[in-house]
Amino acid sequence: MKRRKTIFSVLVYLLLSLGAVFYLLPLYWMVRSSLLPMAQIFRMPPIWIPNPPQFGNYSQALRILPFGRYLGNTLTILIPTMVGTLLTSSISAYAFARIEWPGRDIWFGLIITGMMLPYAVTLIPTFLGWKLLGAYGSYYPLIVPSWFGGGAFNIFMLRQFYMTIPHELDEAAYMDGAGHLRIYFFILLPLIKSALIVVGLFTFIRVWNDFLGPLVYLKTEKQFTLAIGLQQFVGQYTAQWHLLMAASTLVALPTVTIYLIGQRYFVEGIALTGLKG
Amino acid sequence: MHATPVVRRGRSTFMRRNARAGYLLAAPAILGFLIFTMVPMVASFVLSFTDYQIINTPSFVGWRNYRELFDGTDSLFFKSLKATNYFVFLSVPLNTIFAFMLASLLNRPIRARGFFRAIYYIPSVVPVVAVTTIWMWLLNPDLGLINVTLRKIGLPTNKWIFSEPTVIPSLALMDLWATGNIVVIYLSGLQGVGTHYYEAVEVDGGNAWHKFWNITVPMMTPTIFFNVIMGFINGFQSFAQAFMMTQGGPNNASLFYMFYLYREAFTFSKMGRACAIAWILFLIIGVLTAVIFRTSKYWVFYEGSDER
Repeated sequence: MKRRKTIFSVLVYLLLSLGAVFYLLPLYWMVRSSLLPMAQIFRMPPIWIPNPPQFGNYSQALRILPFGRYLGNTLTILIPTMVGTLLTSSISAYAFARIEWPGRDIWFGLIITGMMLPYAVTLIPTFLGWKLLGAYGSYYPLIVPSWFGGGAFNIFMLRQFYMTIPHELDEAAYMDGAGHLRIYFFILLPLIKSALIVVGLFTFIRVWNDFLGPLVYLKTEKQFTLAIGLQQFVGQYTAQWHLLMAASTLVALPTVTIYLIGQRYFVEGIALTGLKG
Repeated sequence: MHATPVVRRGRSTFMRRNARAGYLLAAPAILGFLIFTMVPMVASFVLSFTDYQIINTPSFVGWRNYRELFDGTDSLFFKSLKATNYFVFLSVPLNTIFAFMLASLLNRPIRARGFFRAIYYIPSVVPVVAVTTIWMWLLNPDLGLINVTLRKIGLPTNKWIFSEPTVIPSLALMDLWATGNIVVIYLSGLQGVGTHYYEAVEVDGGNAWHKFWNITVPMMTPTIFFNVIMGFINGFQSFAQAFMMTQGGPNNASLFYMFYLYREAFTFSKMGRACAIAWILFLIIGVLTAVIFRTSKYWVFYEGSDER
């Protein structure tokens, strides 16, 4: 019986390690290809460890892909989106979790149901609306929506967090004459810090990786974000795999790094969103 | 006795204050819902009955947009439905089974669980543009790693995304690579299954298979249910693969619905027709979700309720 258990657990490790190799391989292949000279990239059998690594590929990719400007553009969208999302989702979630008001549950239900609506349905009228306002070709369409609740998903998640905090805390503050804004800001917000980090991290990844939004709303190459800039780059340098892989690595590096740093919070956040069923 | 009215008045001002504060603080979310969900939804419905093409003033054309899609005037509509259905009905079951298996393995009492979980999740945070670029390179028919390896071990190679019969399976395979977030959702669900259930099976002399099939699977059905629905909603709206990798080809075999819609709207400026296309998608997803919901009472098990 004991032996069978050992064999079983060896099998589990084996399967997991094999899976891990397959999951890491594409990323390894990307980095490897980004460090090979063009001539070696097609050599058979394939070279696994670049020797010497061609860091020059990166400087060449950076010369073609204006990384600095695209990064600046991405941050121009990212920072206000982050602030808007954190502020308005936490304040709205507070209203849904901690205040009793008529119509609350209906509105909450509507907002959550709205999450099921395919974005295909709202995409075109929203685009036409922004065009009508003359904001097509600006960053506003990509930023402003985050200042209106920051997404149903985040409101739902933060509400879950608020609900775990005992009501005595706000009642005591209320008796002392504190208003809702003060209770929200000074008492509850510090208590849901870890949830706010989760929202912040997810927002970072979402905006950094967003592809369709910038594709639809940005007109000129000058305004491009990293994601859309890379897409352009792929179209122009089709067969130059060493450069394409260097550029892909550069664009992927920040999100992977952010994830590895904030891993604990990611897992916490995903766990919460998945348990709603 | 005369104290009651005072209390009541105090209570009602309290409630009125709360009502005001509630609406005020929830205003961003409520306005956001109205401006960015409700209004566009209605507008999209109305536009789907017009011939709006940006340069003209829209006029009502009745059901024409819908009719032209279904009567074959635009033959691409059915092609895109076929391609998308194929992809969704291949990748959602594959993802569900694969992610569930992976999560079950990770849920064993193993060391380095965090390490493995991190590895399986990393592909999910890689920007989709980078993901598609990496896979275009891996799947490259002449020089990509996959064909090179197949050739080396003497297996037949394939044209992958450049051949009609294999393009969708290739994209589904690629989809499996980014399934990490579903794995994490399953894993957290698995960790919530009470150990006393497993102990009960042990007392009854059940083995590992009994535990898995009679406890783990039923207890996880709500999570599976949630993931399947989200999988369908997201799968039907897949876009980047077609846009970046295949341009819908070869021969429209990977003409994803969302890519088709995007092209009608933003390349050909046929806004009215694109709205009709969007509403058909909405109906498809709605019907599918309703069907899954209706069948859920036969297979989704909620802890603490005797009825199923």
